[in-house]
Amino acid sequence: MVEQTLRYRDDEPVSDPAVTVDAFADQSNATAVRIEPGDDARALLPHLERIALVEVNFPAYTDGRGYSAARILREHGYAGELRAVGDVLVDQLSHMRRCGFDSFAPNQDISREAADKAFATWPDVYQKTVDGRPAIWAKRHG
Amino acid sequence: MYQYDQYDQAMVDARVAEFRDQVARRLAGEITEDQFKPLRLKNGLYLQLHAYMLRVAVPYGTLNSRQMRMLGDIADKYDRGYGHFTTRQNIQYNWIKLQDAPDILADLASVEMHAIQTSGNCIRNTTADHFAGAAADELVDPRPYAELLRQWSTFHPEFDYLPRKFKIAIIGSETDRAAMKLHDIGIQLVTNDAGEVGCRFYVGGGMGRTPMIAPVIGEFVPPLQMISYLEACLRVYNRYGRRDNKYKARIKILVHEIGADEYRRQVEEEFAHILTLGLEPPPAELERIKGFFEQPGFDASASDELDLSDPDFAVWVSQNVHAHKQPGYAIATISLKPVGGIPGDASADQIRLMADLARDYSFDELRVTHAQNIVLPHVKKADLYTVWQKLDAAGLANANLDLISDIIACPGLDYCSLANARSIPVAQKISERFADLGRQKELGELKLKISGCINACGHHHAGHIGILGVDRKGVENYQLLLGGSEGADTSLGTITGPGFSEDGIVDAIEKATDVYLAQRSDGERFVDTYRRIGMAPFKEAIYAKEPVNG
Amino acid sequence: MKIITGSDLRTGDVIWWTGEGWSRHVNDAVDVPEGAEAIIARENAKQIVTDTQVIEATRTDDGVRPAHIKDRIRALGPTVRLDLSLKPADPAAGTWVI
Repeated sequence: MVEQTLRYRDDEPVSDPAVTVDAFADQSNATAVRIEPGDDARALLPHLERIALVEVNFPAYTDGRGYSAARILREHGYAGELRAVGDVLVDQLSHMRRCGFDSFAPNQDISREAADKAFATWPDVYQKTVDGRPAIWAKRHG
Repeated sequence: MYQYDQYDQAMVDARVAEFRDQVARRLAGEITEDQFKPLRLKNGLYLQLHAYMLRVAVPYGTLNSRQMRMLGDIADKYDRGYGHFTTRQNIQYNWIKLQDAPDILADLASVEMHAIQTSGNCIRNTTADHFAGAAADELVDPRPYAELLRQWSTFHPEFDYLPRKFKIAIIGSETDRAAMKLHDIGIQLVTNDAGEVGCRFYVGGGMGRTPMIAPVIGEFVPPLQMISYLEACLRVYNRYGRRDNKYKARIKILVHEIGADEYRRQVEEEFAHILTLGLEPPPAELERIKGFFEQPGFDASASDELDLSDPDFAVWVSQNVHAHKQPGYAIATISLKPVGGIPGDASADQIRLMADLARDYSFDELRVTHAQNIVLPHVKKADLYTVWQKLDAAGLANANLDLISDIIACPGLDYCSLANARSIPVAQKISERFADLGRQKELGELKLKISGCINACGHHHAGHIGILGVDRKGVENYQLLLGGSEGADTSLGTITGPGFSEDGIVDAIEKATDVYLAQRSDGERFVDTYRRIGMAPFKEAIYAKEPVNG
Repeated sequence: MKIITGSDLRTGDVIWWTGEGWSRHVNDAVDVPEGAEAIIARENAKQIVTDTQVIEATRTDDGVRPAHIKDRIRALGPTVRLDLSLKPADPAAGTWVI
């Protein structure tokens, strides 16, 4: 069974299997990598140029380390696909998007309609992050 | 006081709509309780022993009269006519129906209030000095910074699933009235020799089962880098705080395990990176917020004289009134600790009366204190007698601030599903034993704090006298601690020895106060004497065998 | 005896399994020596009860008495506000929980 992935990018999906962060540094031809909660996303920073897909695994939605991992990658200029996989629920999608995720492979399917509604939850945002949305303070002061 | 603009209002309105949808999905069976529970908790809705409990945020403990009135009206309309003010400067309602919760949030939003992030493993409501903007000893008004913090922490996308809950307190006086060093982060606004303001960051304090006093991590962070520094502190914690054991997941354990120096090094590294990202609100935003906290229109000619010919009034003034920075004005604290009463509880009528007094006599402002009392921060001295008379008529003129009957108590096993023992009946018995105000004043400042379980919501570690309720084979049992404190002299209490029954703990406290009265030197408070003479004399008196024919 | 308790999903009221449905009064609780899990699963699915659990209790002359003080307080109400408890007219009701 092919699990459904919600993708918010126009490029072709990467078909390479994702390797672990530990294995990645030794495999110069790998283009996809999977980050587990305990992995240090910064280990990937020297290799961002050749990465096309980063999967960030959420074994349990309550483990929020993946939010920091995603944001760190985006803050350092990673432009490839950033996919949240695992225990990803509709009520977390909005925050994940704000931290730089642009694709989602949840264990339980989420309809595109439900996802769109989740992304539209907040009319504005208080913080500047990596999603390009202006913070409320920026709107207040032009 | 801060007022919402269209952006702030839109955020709380969106939250109401989101929660309305989540409740509807739960009631329709579209999501399970396991999925729903974290969502309701993020809106402060707990399932407690008898009903749902709603915890409403009072940002940095500050309210206007309209908001306070709404809190009273909600108590009548959706609850059973009362509310409970908490040690986190919030208010809790004990008898909420799930189906009503979205409507309550809507009512709160209509007065610029909410229950956002009053539970869950996220950044909780920021607390602050309850005398902010009024205290005579204030260096910097912390409220604009607290509001900046409120906005930054609201729906922060990276820090919504931290290892554990996260509590921040901020003060701007030398006197710490907010137990700042016992928070995950305490920020003290200080000034340097050049008169510039800086933020001193204390990180890794807390109570709970492993109480710790926070070390200084950031000595002098510029206020216009405060948000960036917080981002760095939180990111290090989110990435490396322990998630394998809920009881070791607070930031205090991380700071303790890797050491303050290593934590500081990691924060500094992250901070340097974050400063390149431009996450900090601009100076104009801080200035805009400061504009809401200008001094109210004080009467410069107000008299500093006070007629104390009514002795009952004079007692209340001596105990419950503090110096204001503006001559002719005073800070009045309303004690919610009547003899035999429930600490922190107020009826809907009392809440509305306090709202009216704020409107008529305190420039529309009130504060909630972490000691579960209410403050009228700006009362003209000429109005104090009238205010006191109105409080007295409503049973709110208890002149016991910081005395032994001004007890902090968590809801305990009467309400709370986490509790192991009841707290409130113990508080009631102690206040009845020491009901005589003259006796209380003789004992002087004595902070007594009771928790019904190890989570320490009643701050027992920080009480001059602390009580911890435990479950001993199904029977309530109470441990006694001495020597804690929460101010500039923050210290953690020490357990005296074996625990006591409900009546036994009251007797033990009385014996401890007898030791103090017998041993004190001039001017010593209970805690000062304890520090000087140590535990032994207290222990000896408390555990002495009663003479057989005594 | 083993009895099943939970909270009314909509109101949060403490409720007890009576064998046929749910009651706010602990004395209506019935012994469920086995099969509790199936009852809980079935009742949870109806979206009328939440936080269900099986607890120990004994039957006394006064009725059903939960084994743990926490459940006795749940059965009665807050001992410091007996006016809001299930026995508002009994000033000594609080002693039952001890």
